[in-house]
Amino acid sequence: MASETIAITGTAEIGRPISERLHDWIVTVDHKKLGILYIVYALVFLVIGGIEATIMRIQLIVPHNQFVSPQVFNRMMTMHGTTMIFFMVMPILFGFGTYLIPLMIGARDMAFPRLNAFSFWMTAFGGLLLYFSFIGGNGLYGAGNAPDVGWWAYAPLTSRAFSVGHSTDFWTVALLVSGVGSIGTGVNFIATILCMRCPGMTLGKMPLLAWLNLVVGWMVLFCISPLTAAQIMLCIDRYLGGHFFDTQAGGSAVLWMHFFWIFGHPEVYILVVPAFAFVSEIVPVFSRKPIFGYPIMVAATIGIGFISFSVWAHHMFTVGMSSYGNSFFVFTTAAIAVPTGIKIFNWIGTMWGGKIQFRAPMLFCIGFLFQFLIAGLTGIMLGAAPFNWQLSGSYFVVAHFHYVIVGGILFAVFAAFYYWFPKMSGRTYNEVLAKWHFWLFLIGFHMTFDFMHIPGILGMPRRIYTYEPGRGWEIWNLIVTIGVLFQIAAILIFVCNLLWSLFKGDPAGNDPWDAWTLEWSTTSPPPEYDFATLPAVKSRRPLWDIKHPEDPDWKYE
Amino acid sequence: MSSAAITRSPGESEWILPSRGRVGMFSLIAAESAIFTIFVVAYIFYLGKSLSGPMPKDVLETPIFNTVCLLSSSLTIHLAVRALRSARVNAFGLWWFVTMVLGSIFLVGTGREWQHLIFEKGLTISTNLFGTTYYSLVGLHAFHVTVGLMGIVLVMIFALLGKMEPAHSDRVDVFSMYWHFVDAVWVVVFTVVYVIGR
Repeated sequence: MASETIAITGTAEIGRPISERLHDWIVTVDHKKLGILYIVYALVFLVIGGIEATIMRIQLIVPHNQFVSPQVFNRMMTMHGTTMIFFMVMPILFGFGTYLIPLMIGARDMAFPRLNAFSFWMTAFGGLLLYFSFIGGNGLYGAGNAPDVGWWAYAPLTSRAFSVGHSTDFWTVALLVSGVGSIGTGVNFIATILCMRCPGMTLGKMPLLAWLNLVVGWMVLFCISPLTAAQIMLCIDRYLGGHFFDTQAGGSAVLWMHFFWIFGHPEVYILVVPAFAFVSEIVPVFSRKPIFGYPIMVAATIGIGFISFSVWAHHMFTVGMSSYGNSFFVFTTAAIAVPTGIKIFNWIGTMWGGKIQFRAPMLFCIGFLFQFLIAGLTGIMLGAAPFNWQLSGSYFVVAHFHYVIVGGILFAVFAAFYYWFPKMSGRTYNEVLAKWHFWLFLIGFHMTFDFMHIPGILGMPRRIYTYEPGRGWEIWNLIVTIGVLFQIAAILIFVCNLLWSLFKGDPAGNDPWDAWTLEWSTTSPPPEYDFATLPAVKSRRPLWDIKHPEDPDWKYE
Repeated sequence: MSSAAITRSPGESEWILPSRGRVGMFSLIAAESAIFTIFVVAYIFYLGKSLSGPMPKDVLETPIFNTVCLLSSSLTIHLAVRALRSARVNAFGLWWFVTMVLGSIFLVGTGREWQHLIFEKGLTISTNLFGTTYYSLVGLHAFHVTVGLMGIVLVMIFALLGKMEPAHSDRVDVFSMYWHFVDAVWVVVFTVVYVIGR
């Protein structure tokens, strides 16, 4: 196998002073180091965003609680949403993409390594700007404050009259800056996947992870740009006295909603398609079968990519659009369930009749399958305009999208963590702790987000900092908050497992899972140049072909 | 398992992939088009919604000369790239210089138009919705022209120092894609602002 290494500087690493090694990380343009930087950065924000969520849940545990003030609650709500979407989920998915794409397509780096570093640092500075608002939000005169306009920042909340100080500007500029980084990542993903594939890897022989990230790259270009444009307009309104979203001068608050959700809904698919990519790589390996319906998977992903740009206004049914507008967005929302459903069937088809190994990555993938299905079903419910009029703005919506992002995306991210941890670190993780992590997180997740649907149906509005007793919401809020404890315990186990395995884990070897894609053909962790000799492939499972020369895949594909 | 199976055997047909520069620039252009689309949509949406004057038909004059200059710069940059590709370095320098001059004329023209609007017609970005959308859209385009001109000036300096060779023609070609895009956007902006919007 092509696991030979070229001795360049390998052994010199150990004796070098820490300052030099840190300097290496800061100036690096290596896709593997940048990928790990993205992931570590995202994990830090996962903890920060998690603390903000916990503060909100403690505040809501009983009626009339006084744990935090309404102002602080609004800030926590805004920062939690913004952090988790822009500075946790997106960077972690970009991190895995940046790390894995070149390895999986047999390249030595991304198409534009320096653009790659630029993108990471833009994202990183965006996060710093957002959190600088805690001390600089009022312009450093006194105690600062964080933005409190919600992660959607509807007009006229963001106008000068209602958002004094600079907190909203920090929010705007943070998203503008990190958006530029994301667009750079999108450009880089597309150029890498189209232009850097190893000999023999035609588009039809690419691993699904590469295919799905290609679609994500395109979606980033067309979805983050509207947000960038809208943020520029908001800056013009706030600093140059423009009137884009100023209703008193004829501007429109609804236009902001349209611009925001034209970004906002494709964004959901930008987040979930890489999660699909992880599942599409992990499920076959642990079912010991090739992926079922490869071309259909690709077609479904491209279908999602297109349809996702035509569903945004289902976030706005209660605004009062025309009945034609409502019907159109109900139809498109129902339509996008079709390619998504195809994918779920394909994963089940892959598992069907396979010799399933219930290791931690597979457990998380199975959790993903069930939870994402339920999340999709409540999504269809909310996509029906009459039902939406009843439940929009309630905790049912909060439960729905957390089911997508936590139950779907985060579970897939954990699966990816355990699956690729041996490749990234060169060591195996502790399987017992990983299973504890899975079960505790599963219990915590379901306690929190299953029971969150019920107060929503009972009429509990979202975004409120406290509520009256005697409406039947108390018990549900109590259970929801208790579930958070299980999740915190699971995350602690996860972090401990990660740190312990990083230093004390057993050596993993090149290919601990007996997998089939190219990243497992090089050493763990891979050398700086990835592959000593560029591989050449003949089928979708190049390592299967090597391991089974008597029955290679390329005879059948 | 030998290393032979996964490495490339000689004698296989040539493995050709698209140029990453072109793909990268094309992707960037796609993203930029989305940004411009949002600004154009905002401009069209707010047409005639200003609560106070001045209105577009009162103050806007069609910048024909500017438009001719910018659009012909697309032709001259194309001729420049072609000259470099066929190793006519002096012709490249000449066409590149003409492109630079035409782009600069456009920027100066926009500047004069704005000066006229601000100081004689009293239209600023905060006057009314028309001012807000007009200066944003035209300004966003002018910003892109400025960025393009900075690139052009950089290449011009290299050309004057005699550093431009046919080997650079692919890179210059990728850059020219951006310039063509900026020109194409002007066609849209011109149509929306000066034809439909008046």
